[in-house]
Amino acid sequence: MSNNIYLKQGLNIPINGAADQTTKKVIVPDIVAVKPTDFRGFIPKLLVREGDKVLAGTPILADKMSQSVVLTSPVSGTVAEVVRGEKRKLLEVRIKADEKQEYVDFGVKKVADLSKDEIKDAILKAGLWPAIVQRPYGIIANPEISPKAIFVSAFNTAPLAANAEFAFRDDFEHIQTAVNALGKLTPGGVHFSLNEENYSGSPFHKIENVIQHTFSGKHPAGNVGVQISHISPIKKGETVWTVSLLMLAAIGKLFNTGKFDASRKVAITGPKAIGPCYVDAIEGMSIRDLKGFFNEDENLRFISGDPLTGKNVGKDGFLGFFDNQVTILEEGNKFEMFGWAKPVRCSQFSSSRTYFSWLTPKKKYDMDTNLHGGERAFVLNDVYGKVLPMDIFPVFLLKACLAGDIDKMEKYGIYEVLEEDFALCEYVCPSKIEIQQIISDGIALMMKEMC
Amino acid sequence: MNGLRKIVDKIKPTFEKGGKLGFLHSTFDAFETFLFVPDTVTRKGSHVRDCVDLKRVMIMVVLALVPAMLFGIWNTGYQHKLAFGLTDWGFWNMVWYGILKVVPLYLVSYIVGLAIEFTSAQIKGHEVNEGYLVSGMLIPLIVPVDVPLWMLAIAVAFAVIIGKEVFGGTGMNIWNPALLARAFLFFSYPSKMSGDTVWTGGVARWAAEGKAFQCGEGLVDGFSGATPLAHASMDGLAQANTSFLDMFLGTIPGAVGETSAVAILIGAVILLWTGVASWKIMFSSVLGGLAIGYLGYAVGATDLPGYYQLVMGGFLFGTVFMATDPVTSAQTECGKWIYGFLIGALAVTVRLWNPGYPEGMMLAILLMNTFAPLIDHYVIEFSLKRKAKKVTIA
Repeated sequence: MSNNIYLKQGLNIPINGAADQTTKKVIVPDIVAVKPTDFRGFIPKLLVREGDKVLAGTPILADKMSQSVVLTSPVSGTVAEVVRGEKRKLLEVRIKADEKQEYVDFGVKKVADLSKDEIKDAILKAGLWPAIVQRPYGIIANPEISPKAIFVSAFNTAPLAANAEFAFRDDFEHIQTAVNALGKLTPGGVHFSLNEENYSGSPFHKIENVIQHTFSGKHPAGNVGVQISHISPIKKGETVWTVSLLMLAAIGKLFNTGKFDASRKVAITGPKAIGPCYVDAIEGMSIRDLKGFFNEDENLRFISGDPLTGKNVGKDGFLGFFDNQVTILEEGNKFEMFGWAKPVRCSQFSSSRTYFSWLTPKKKYDMDTNLHGGERAFVLNDVYGKVLPMDIFPVFLLKACLAGDIDKMEKYGIYEVLEEDFALCEYVCPSKIEIQQIISDGIALMMKEMC
Repeated sequence: MNGLRKIVDKIKPTFEKGGKLGFLHSTFDAFETFLFVPDTVTRKGSHVRDCVDLKRVMIMVVLALVPAMLFGIWNTGYQHKLAFGLTDWGFWNMVWYGILKVVPLYLVSYIVGLAIEFTSAQIKGHEVNEGYLVSGMLIPLIVPVDVPLWMLAIAVAFAVIIGKEVFGGTGMNIWNPALLARAFLFFSYPSKMSGDTVWTGGVARWAAEGKAFQCGEGLVDGFSGATPLAHASMDGLAQANTSFLDMFLGTIPGAVGETSAVAILIGAVILLWTGVASWKIMFSSVLGGLAIGYLGYAVGATDLPGYYQLVMGGFLFGTVFMATDPVTSAQTECGKWIYGFLIGALAVTVRLWNPGYPEGMMLAILLMNTFAPLIDHYVIEFSLKRKAKKVTIA
């Protein structure tokens, strides 16, 4: 490709535990959870009660703000428990799966014959509308509007992320169907970003009805937000939608098979995963079902997603709606004597040259969750830009978020970013600042003040 | 190793909230985290983190300052030897004299500075910040070796309290604390901070009391004690018998750590190699110094070629260690070019065209510290405008 976009800034974190490209296990779901907390701004309204029978595709929760947006059950079974947190906030709806899975029949549909509204309607009914993320702010797409364009990143550069070619190798056709369907919802078309280094090796370059772009570089080159900022930055008043390959596959399956099929290949990764590989699993799968992939006696952290942006769900937790990766890390709650004062720290990685890990570029590290220091104010100001390939001023944006200054946040580009884009900044930050949380609070403030 | 951990764990409860010495919590925490990387784990956001922290960054700067400090110790003795004609002094005599003069400066700097840091951390209930490790290392290197210790103590207190803590501590300050300490001394006690007698160890006391550490026959004939900046012309340097090489190596009178370009350049290599300091600021500051230096040469303000300006006085020390302070310098990459260039240019401008101040580095850096946010403001405005144009075209 001649118009490849090369991103100089970035960092591939050398962490151990990438998944082998084999599917070693099929997880038969026992208890699965539907989690409204996976979506920003989703105010859940419960549509079922404990003890209700549901099918795969039965609506479980609706958004109070926009009642047509629903979340549906990934399995057929019985609603076992509704888990609430502080102030009775709805956290999870747990469903005990039947042995034999039955699906709500949404009907096989030919996308070419459907109108824009029929497509929207079908996706909404099946509970797949929340799969479409709207920027700014990374909220569930508003079905009433027509976005500037839809963006898809066809590769994931996050540490240990599932390999797109392997995880979706059976879903090519479904993804094409979904692209055709979503293409009808926007005048700007579906922008499909591929990895330049693996362009011809990836079947996704054959996807039709898309506007192709190629990117090369380290993480976060595969982040859709970074790609958008290079293809067509989001200005005030504009909205774009983004969809992941995983969600495209699900949407495609809906049209091709008439079912809400939440199954997916999940990468089990991380330094503490025993025999990291892929498993056939389902949205909302219980982490406990991964028995055998981790040592029960160790103090571990279970992350739904990748180690930079995933959610710490715990051993009793469930896989998130958008995730096809589980990362298992050791909790690093131990002291390290003279850690920072040691001239060489062989077992630790640092992107900073104040250590010597740059001498062993191929080495992978067993990282744990230790913070490696105490929280401080911003001191170094050039470390963030080196891992953020966007045309923004990260420290200024973060300080504007901290100050709650709406005008400045807008000026410095809050519309263009989500937490995930800043994950690497947080990783490298020597002041140990919780940068993703700052962005998250900033977005929450914007949403509150602007509407 | 485990033994030490056990001891720390044993005494820890005493210093925690509710413990007997609970009011010393921050102090204890500072020492504990000095010995051990804490066991805190990530709570939100990224679950794994880079192992670099501010302690590591700061210790790199301290390390980079060590060559300048060691040279300063030797040079203090060497200048004393020259001043009093102590021909029988060997290397170790000079080093010993240097140690006697410089170590007290360090003791005062660290004791006063850290005491204030610890106290304010205690009051605010924060962790003790490691920023003062660097400031405390810098301050003794930029003062005349004969500065009275009580003055130094007041200057340090001023710099840490007014320069840093009132803004909220390291990372929040507007001016470089070390330079603020020097500026405080410069304007409060000018007689101790300039002139020809302050730069050589023992001379001030000799002039006042007729005594010195070892004075031999008294000051040698023709002793001037002036730094090259005081007679910054080809004739002046020739009269003082100071060559370019002397200034490059640093065997000249001056503030403790600022004289040797060689030692400072070793520090610069460490800072640039580890990426702690911005090469853009250093490079552009040198460019600015050269530009005005040669301009002055061209219009006849001085007969010294531009590159002489780099090795005289505190230019290089300021460029490498002070201008690059990440907190007080410009924060945007483009802004760093402007900021650095203006520091170099202003410093030499003050030297050449302001008879009142032979040295302009301190004032140049403090002034640009003040204007750094303004530079950033315009850099960002410009960048946003350019971006807006790009978007409308596309």
